[in-house]
Amino acid sequence: MSYPITLTVNGEEHSAEVEPRLLLVHLLRENLNLTGTHIGCDTTSCGACTVLMDGKPVKSCTVFAVQANGRSIETIEGVANGGLHPLQEGFWEKHGLQCGYCTPGMIMNAKAFLAKNPSPTDEEIRWGISGNLCRCTGYNKIVEAIQYAAEKLRTQSKEA
Amino acid sequence: MIPGKFEYLVPTTLDEAVSMLDKHGDDAKILAGGQSLIPAMRFRLAMPEILIDINRLDGLSYVKEENGNLAIGAMTREADIDDSELVKQKYQLLAETAKVIADPIVRNLSTVGGNLAHADPANDHPATMLAYGAEIVVTGPGGERTIPIDEFFVDLFENSMADNEILKEIRIPTPPANSGGCYVKIERKVGDYAIAAVAVQLTLDGDTCTSARIGLTNVSPKPIRTAGAEAALVGKPLTEENIKAAGVAASQDCDPSADLRGSVDYKRDLVRVITMRAIRTARDRAKGGTSS
Repeated sequence: MSYPITLTVNGEEHSAEVEPRLLLVHLLRENLNLTGTHIGCDTTSCGACTVLMDGKPVKSCTVFAVQANGRSIETIEGVANGGLHPLQEGFWEKHGLQCGYCTPGMIMNAKAFLAKNPSPTDEEIRWGISGNLCRCTGYNKIVEAIQYAAEKLRTQSKEA
Repeated sequence: MIPGKFEYLVPTTLDEAVSMLDKHGDDAKILAGGQSLIPAMRFRLAMPEILIDINRLDGLSYVKEENGNLAIGAMTREADIDDSELVKQKYQLLAETAKVIADPIVRNLSTVGGNLAHADPANDHPATMLAYGAEIVVTGPGGERTIPIDEFFVDLFENSMADNEILKEIRIPTPPANSGGCYVKIERKVGDYAIAAVAVQLTLDGDTCTSARIGLTNVSPKPIRTAGAEAALVGKPLTEENIKAAGVAASQDCDPSADLRGSVDYKRDLVRVITMRAIRTARDRAKGGTSS
């Protein structure tokens, strides 16, 4: 019992026949080999599997692939564009990761967060990423990384 | 964890969704935001044979005032409530509730209708809608009907909708002048269910409380109001003494279970304390004082 779907992932169109019970995260990782999206808790808690669906962060372990039919998905693999994205650069410069497991989800969520709130306070960032768990950094470095990216993105948009 | 197999149906109109539900009855489940249903399916706590996905239906996502109510479409996402200026300004209890449900990522998908239809006493909207005296509009093969919120929650995960009815809209009566509301939730961390939470909505005439409705989250087998706490306030001035009496009554009316989040005694005392806090804030808001 399979269901035909067509979706756009990082700007590229993909078609597949999938079982309705296939979760989006498994479609990305196993069918499309996009293993940058991680599976952490499998209980909708940790946010490691966060991707953007039509621009909004969702936990891809809690969405069926069939629900993404006709929609646009962005994963960590689609973030860099001719060089590191300011968020990737921020996580590098500010040491926003140690083990790196939560990082793809953090960056995807932060990308949507900054699009909505380009000049956030530290506290707004902490609430913004409260659905993403990190067990290494204690979050301070992640907040700094996102602030770094926010500033760079603001500068870029002024120059553009 | 992989959910069990199911057949996936995508209706294009609400009528079509109702006919699908009417045909398949108890074997089918409605897929709204999926943020409770999909985890339950992964744990195989829920194994529906058929999922009817209503995410592609138009006209079920809105927040607007009409006919003396705030009307909320069943598929309105919590994030849309978070972003609504109308809700922030006039429905503070609802605004406070929506922003503590699950976490910001989950709130992009989770829906107000789903939160209520799931009838989980640990969910946050039930207590709030009880406090508002909301109405639930459902639609079935025979047309629409309205269920008062006091008759909506039957038991754990059980509401009073028929198997072939779909929740369509939630109506919150627009509070009269000199009203205030407040939601106080104590949770271990963002994304967890409440250890306990209290929703208060009240109206004042001068110093006298003319109406008060108080709902409780996650401290009983189904979402409940605390009649004792309400009675301790209505027709009286909201003095510290009366507020304390309401807190004690709420702690007696609730029926919590001991779990990872705490013992029965702890939860009862928590209900007492947060009921008092929520009443004080709601009172100050009704007087037009501090807003947060």
